[in-house]
Amino acid sequence: MRYLPLTDADRSAMLGVIGAASVDDLFRDVPRSVWLDEPPALPRAMGEIEVERALMRLAAKNVPASAVPSFLGCGVYRHHVPAAVDHLIQRGEFLTSYTPYQPEVSQGTLQSMFEFQTQVALITAMDVANASMYDGATSCAEAVMMANRLTRRRKAILAGDLHPHYREAAATYARFGDFSVVTRPAGPAGENDLAALASKIDGETSCVVVQNPGSFGDVRDLSLLAEACHRAGALLVVVVAEAVSLGLVKPPGEMGADIVAAEGQSLGNAPGFGGPHLGLFAVREKFVRQMPGRVVGETRDVEGRRGFVLTLSTREQHIRREKATSNICTNSGLCALAFTIHMALLGEAGFTRLAELNHARAALLADRLAALPRLRVLTRCFFNELTVRLPVPAAPVVDMLAARGVLAGVPASRLWPERADLADLLILAATELNTEDDIATLTAGLREVLS
Amino acid sequence: MSGWSRALSGFARSDATAATISGNHGLQLEDPLLFEQDAPGRCGVDLPEPPSGDRLGGLRRRGPIGLPGLSEPQVVRHFMRASQKNYGIDMGLYPLGSCTMKHNPRLNEKLARLPGFADLHPLQPEATVQGALELIDTLARWLKELTGMPAVAMSPAAGAHGELCGMMCIRAAIEARGERRQRVLVPESAHGTNPATAAACGYAVDAIPANARGRVDLAALKAKLGEDVAAIMLTNPNTCGLFEDEILAIAEAVHGAGAFFYCDGANFNALVGRVRPGDLGVDCMHLNLHKTFSTPHGGGGPGSGPVVLAASLARFAPLPWIAHEGAGFRLVEQAAGSAAETIGRIKGNHGQMGMFVRALAYIVSHGTDGLRQLSGDAVLNANYLLARLGDLLTPSYAGPCMHEVLFDDRFLHDTGVTTLDFAKALIDEGFHPMTMYFPLVVHGALLMEPTESESKASLDRFVSVVRGLAERAKAGDAAEFHAAPRFTPRRRLDETAAARKPVLRWRRPAPESQAAE
Repeated sequence: MRYLPLTDADRSAMLGVIGAASVDDLFRDVPRSVWLDEPPALPRAMGEIEVERALMRLAAKNVPASAVPSFLGCGVYRHHVPAAVDHLIQRGEFLTSYTPYQPEVSQGTLQSMFEFQTQVALITAMDVANASMYDGATSCAEAVMMANRLTRRRKAILAGDLHPHYREAAATYARFGDFSVVTRPAGPAGENDLAALASKIDGETSCVVVQNPGSFGDVRDLSLLAEACHRAGALLVVVVAEAVSLGLVKPPGEMGADIVAAEGQSLGNAPGFGGPHLGLFAVREKFVRQMPGRVVGETRDVEGRRGFVLTLSTREQHIRREKATSNICTNSGLCALAFTIHMALLGEAGFTRLAELNHARAALLADRLAALPRLRVLTRCFFNELTVRLPVPAAPVVDMLAARGVLAGVPASRLWPERADLADLLILAATELNTEDDIATLTAGLREVLS
Repeated sequence: MSGWSRALSGFARSDATAATISGNHGLQLEDPLLFEQDAPGRCGVDLPEPPSGDRLGGLRRRGPIGLPGLSEPQVVRHFMRASQKNYGIDMGLYPLGSCTMKHNPRLNEKLARLPGFADLHPLQPEATVQGALELIDTLARWLKELTGMPAVAMSPAAGAHGELCGMMCIRAAIEARGERRQRVLVPESAHGTNPATAAACGYAVDAIPANARGRVDLAALKAKLGEDVAAIMLTNPNTCGLFEDEILAIAEAVHGAGAFFYCDGANFNALVGRVRPGDLGVDCMHLNLHKTFSTPHGGGGPGSGPVVLAASLARFAPLPWIAHEGAGFRLVEQAAGSAAETIGRIKGNHGQMGMFVRALAYIVSHGTDGLRQLSGDAVLNANYLLARLGDLLTPSYAGPCMHEVLFDDRFLHDTGVTTLDFAKALIDEGFHPMTMYFPLVVHGALLMEPTESESKASLDRFVSVVRGLAERAKAGDAAEFHAAPRFTPRRRLDETAAARKPVLRWRRPAPESQAAE
């Protein structure tokens, strides 16, 4: 077996040193009634050639979104990742290191995490950020639990156009964490929803969770909602499912957010069928000691040189055990590194331009779609995603277009199957990777299918 | 003065620091933070100019964000230099106990990057992702067979997330019986995530002591069992590196009290291909794909923590599920029909697909025979360390151990050298240290897990260094240990100061005129 360096001669020499008759003898504490004399009846070892062939065969059964015009979004976006990103994250020193418990031999990871935390704080316009969570949905659930701790209240109000996966994850955490979540009904054009949200805040409310841009694409000003939260002693949690939007849209920190829970996949990370991705988590400075997850801080070594360490670990499970702010341990280190490198390549000018480019492609998409008969664009203010109403249910249309080699977007029924009134809605995203030709192929397909 | 300290006496690192103008030391290259290399307008990507105008309804971001501008060569150099300040399993022995730092095959990286996996969107029509669903289903089948369990939840994002998932399923099952139990029993030696998870699921945590043999004290466990106990969370092999040899009696007692048996599967590397947790009476166990199945740990994730479930818990598994339909596969994404009792979603999308590809490639590369060989080699390597070090260090418990071996700091008694000092001296010798001060059940723990990836020659080198350091400690060279590490990019860092006045992000320094005030 190519990954195992011990030879049979080594094994017998080592057994001699140990004084054991056989390797099986080392397992003598295992009750004989459960010991397997033979390995389970499963396939035997394969060489690299065979493994590669087997997995390539599976990969070939899929239609990658990179191979066809794709307008899929709803929390996962296909962006161009510069080649340098993947090269650097595959450096063995990054790829094959553990959580940086020994800072003297982990300065590469620790410094990169410090840079990541700074980037996240800057783009969200918040004070501080942690070193990442699993994904946007778990960031959101952790944000609600943090708001519960800070306010000593146990009810969160979720906007109707919060991504349903985020809503469902928060509801699951709520059921077992003994707090409650109340969700407004979903629908596009969420301005009305903001006022309705504000009207639901009461003395029991720990936080309001609102996504911007919303799941249907709407971009809104959350400032008044933030004021309403703060008047009632509640916190505003802002979810950002498309991190690239922060290059162009007024950031949560400037609209009164107390906690930002975001998905960072768009920077540096492939859609990857949904994972691994990375949760961004940023807060106001005064809340930092209730923040979940790993945090890196700056310090000095014994020679006075700047260095970095994991810090504030008295919040964490390995020190506090059942009193920890969260049970999270491993997070999304390498995904966060990819984010950091991509963001470093973009810089101020590149990040802003990337966001503008996304917006411009979506604007073009909106105009081309608006020109189609029997179809109505519902989203007026958007970043790179918008919702249209079709004259027929959207899911079969998407399936028909997929058969023609176009991934036309996400039918609302995929995310809100319980809402028959949303079945005609189709949510489409455009990024810098969508060409005019892609849009033309989409609109031609839609024209044909809808006629 | 020993030979070791004589060799060092003429070379204190502070002298070396002073000796270079740049602060660099040969191949150890310093680099300012990204933010300190900013030139406004400079950019490491070339993107076309977008048309003007917007549809943001007046919500355009104003003012600078504050991101620095660097070119591609600067960025590449920056992160190359950073990488060279890290230790990785690619470089050498990484005996971090309970973390299973084994070789990460590059084939797995290559396959995870195939566009047919990496470029799939999770919300594509099912007809366009049949190969991806088949891959997840195939991995699920392997995990079920290897653990002897009938069901598996694939979506948990890491080990602790898997624990949460499993404990949620257990609580759901208890509630479905119309009960509301209050306590979860957790051995003192458990990973910190276990009590944190139990608390996150609304349970009070009750610690069970270990017996003199480093295993759960069965009598104490039985005394704590009662009708308000929801579950026991037990790691097996435990964090002392020992197989819980009374596990069948433990499972029987737990089940007899109507409670569930949660097994922390972080240490499954010792058992794979030889023992199936399902045969031990386990109801629920997470598998760290980033441990046993070698997906890279990446400096702190991403992980992946599928949870195998007994029949009694399967119907509570989180969404989504993969179901067979005709010759193909479909995703069950809604809590209805056969999924009506699910605990619901616990994260976005379907799980850590990129980790699934790597883990499956690893598993089929080994095959069932290779996996059995792997656990045997892992246990052999750990026992070899025990045999070669046991006379000089102080093993906490009698062997045989499983895949990791636990020493405590009795061998350092009266030397003035602590476990921490010993670990830092190992760094200077070119090794990543073992896990320190965990588990908490022994004083000054040194927990070593060599894994099956080490050759005998590699272990022999490690043994000779550890023995040499132990002899030096006993010979009274404490000061040299206190000064370690000397040869690292940074020496000991002030963690107290970092926590007292946290600096968690870079900020532009104030202009000098203000700074002087």
